[in-house]
Amino acid sequence: MRAALARRAAAAAVVLALLLTGCSGGGDDGRDADGTIRLRFQSLAWQKESVDANKQLVKEWNAAHPGVQVDYVQGSWDSVHDQLLTSFEGGEAPDIIHDASDDLADFAYGGYLTDLGPLLPARLKAEIPEQSWRTTTFGEGVYGVPFLQEPRVLIANTKLLKASGVRIPTPEDPWSWEEFRWVTKELTGKGRYGIAWPLKEPVSVTLNLGLSGGGQLFHRDDDGKAVLRFEEGDRVVPGTIHDQVNTDGSAARSALGMGGSDSLPGFFGGKYAMVPLGFSYRQQIIQQAPEGFDWTVLPAPAGAGGPTQGVSPQTLSVAEDSPHKKEAVAFIDFLLRPPNMVRLARGDWMLPTGTEALADPSLHTAEHGWNVGTALARGLRPAPAQSVRGYPEWKDKVATPALQEFYSGAIDIGELRKRLVDDGNRVLARYQR
Amino acid sequence: MRRGSAGREPAGLRTSGAARAGQYLALLAYLVFLALPFLWLLSTAFKPARELGSLHPTWIPEQPTLDNFRQAFDEQPLLQAAANSLIAAVSAALIAVVIATPMAYVMARHRGRLATAATGWVVVSQAFPFVLVIIPLFLVLKNLHLINTLWGLILVYVVWSLPFALWMLAGYVRAVPAELEEAAAVDGAGRVRTLVSVVTPLLAPGIVATALFAFITAWNEFFFALVLLKTPEKQTLPVVLTHFLGAEGVADLGPLAAAAFLATLPSLVLFAFIQRRITGGMTAGAVRG
Repeated sequence: MRAALARRAAAAAVVLALLLTGCSGGGDDGRDADGTIRLRFQSLAWQKESVDANKQLVKEWNAAHPGVQVDYVQGSWDSVHDQLLTSFEGGEAPDIIHDASDDLADFAYGGYLTDLGPLLPARLKAEIPEQSWRTTTFGEGVYGVPFLQEPRVLIANTKLLKASGVRIPTPEDPWSWEEFRWVTKELTGKGRYGIAWPLKEPVSVTLNLGLSGGGQLFHRDDDGKAVLRFEEGDRVVPGTIHDQVNTDGSAARSALGMGGSDSLPGFFGGKYAMVPLGFSYRQQIIQQAPEGFDWTVLPAPAGAGGPTQGVSPQTLSVAEDSPHKKEAVAFIDFLLRPPNMVRLARGDWMLPTGTEALADPSLHTAEHGWNVGTALARGLRPAPAQSVRGYPEWKDKVATPALQEFYSGAIDIGELRKRLVDDGNRVLARYQR
Repeated sequence: MRRGSAGREPAGLRTSGAARAGQYLALLAYLVFLALPFLWLLSTAFKPARELGSLHPTWIPEQPTLDNFRQAFDEQPLLQAAANSLIAAVSAALIAVVIATPMAYVMARHRGRLATAATGWVVVSQAFPFVLVIIPLFLVLKNLHLINTLWGLILVYVVWSLPFALWMLAGYVRAVPAELEEAAAVDGAGRVRTLVSVVTPLLAPGIVATALFAFITAWNEFFFALVLLKTPEKQTLPVVLTHFLGAEGVADLGPLAAAAFLATLPSLVLFAFIQRRITGGMTAGAVRG
């Protein structure tokens, strides 16, 4: 009886082993049996026009390059970091990786991404301005090609704006932060706030807009280490928002916990006269705005820092484990030729980083505020902290709760400074020993 | 027992009319609480984009539309993803109960060091977070060439659902009177025969409930599927649903709601079909002796 049981168990184990080995995949050199190189391109495009544009470009590449075929793989913004990290660790990462520049630092320092510096064609290097390259440069290497970016703009209810009689700002002559505060008071009325700040994630908004107020917060000391300092310019943006909510009553307190999309119903319903949102939100507004709702795109206010703001562009990188790096870079070069970059930008309702692409007439029309966005492109700078190691922990554990408490009025600016800087520097020190 | 004939309710169980009304009210509130998200999802799935941006949203769409469903199917391979999810979840559920049933029997009937250690392992294994095991698991599956295969995913789901399945089934086994097995032994049945012919039929409701648990765990699972499946034609529904999300939480809300509504249907249908058996099974083991 026992022997029979043992035989059955052994047979089951063999069947299981056969089953497992029977499911094996192909080779690991990235070539098909006929020698065709096969690259995997993981894209995070998610809007229909954007996905269509990416797929169409892949199709065009494949038609023109029978020896190097690209497979389009759909990724997701929501989970890309964990998914890539696991794929890198397991040696199964896609060859060409779409991500955002603020997600690249850990991967670059971890040795998972190829240094594109020596591989990039001169055309592509020259096409993209230096400030954009800085968003993907970590140490000595360039670990991604920045290709799409979006400024934060003010989306305003045209009817309310005109009725208030306030000066309409332009990219050349934006509101100052003081003027902006006054305007939001003017736009506030019965049952209506001048502005809603959807600050569910307050850190990037505060830091990126902070550049326009002359703030920087993150500095480099003499030996290159990142250090936090809260100077006069750093008070401008958080101070304005705090006062709008807690002193003037011109910003909706209930919006502080919202994401950008959550603020749209109130905007359409006339509850908020303006909402500060990313440039690409225009697509949602077009889809969801009620018939006859008239809206306009305004530049964000500017202060001592001028009409600048921080951005983390979308990027294309190549995995260090890819056996065909040259071909992967060639595909990126094709994807980012000026006309193609324009197609990708329009699909995502964003701005291309490339100079020639940005000059495309279709991106300068007044319709849907494209001209305001392109005019703001000159002032886009790398987000202040994206290459700082330890930034994610500082953001989650220190800055997010501190800013949320400050904006709601629970703590004052002194306590905010103490937490951001004193607690923050302790966090950064652990990453820079 | 008919009330007022053979006897009266024990004093501890007697409830006044007001208390009973309160109980029903609490139950109703709980049911409403459970149903609200689903009803809102249903409502959203049929709303045109302009109604989604309304400051005063209505429960019933003013101009119901199927556009969200059309768009969802147009943009993502939902049917393929649903088929993949179904294959993975059904296979994982079947394999899990086939493995768990005899193991649970041993755990329940043989109280020794091994059974105690196994019980301890079951408890501890539930405490591992996904992120802790995913990289070693990924490497193991890679060596077995099971990355990007549904077999690899099924294997993970079986292993992942097995501890709880064991725990659940062992409880059902304990509810089966040992006297029945002794009677079977007196009639000459061996251990295996007793398990197959006597215990398993009595466990049917428990097995169904366990299979349902394993099915739903696998049907809803996201992280393993995200990491282990790479090509679009292999991806499961939860992974495909995230393709309606953009950066910083922006979502294509209408199509997302439509796809999510479709994704909940199989679980609901399954529950509707077998809930009577589950509840029957739960109460069957409750009154022993």
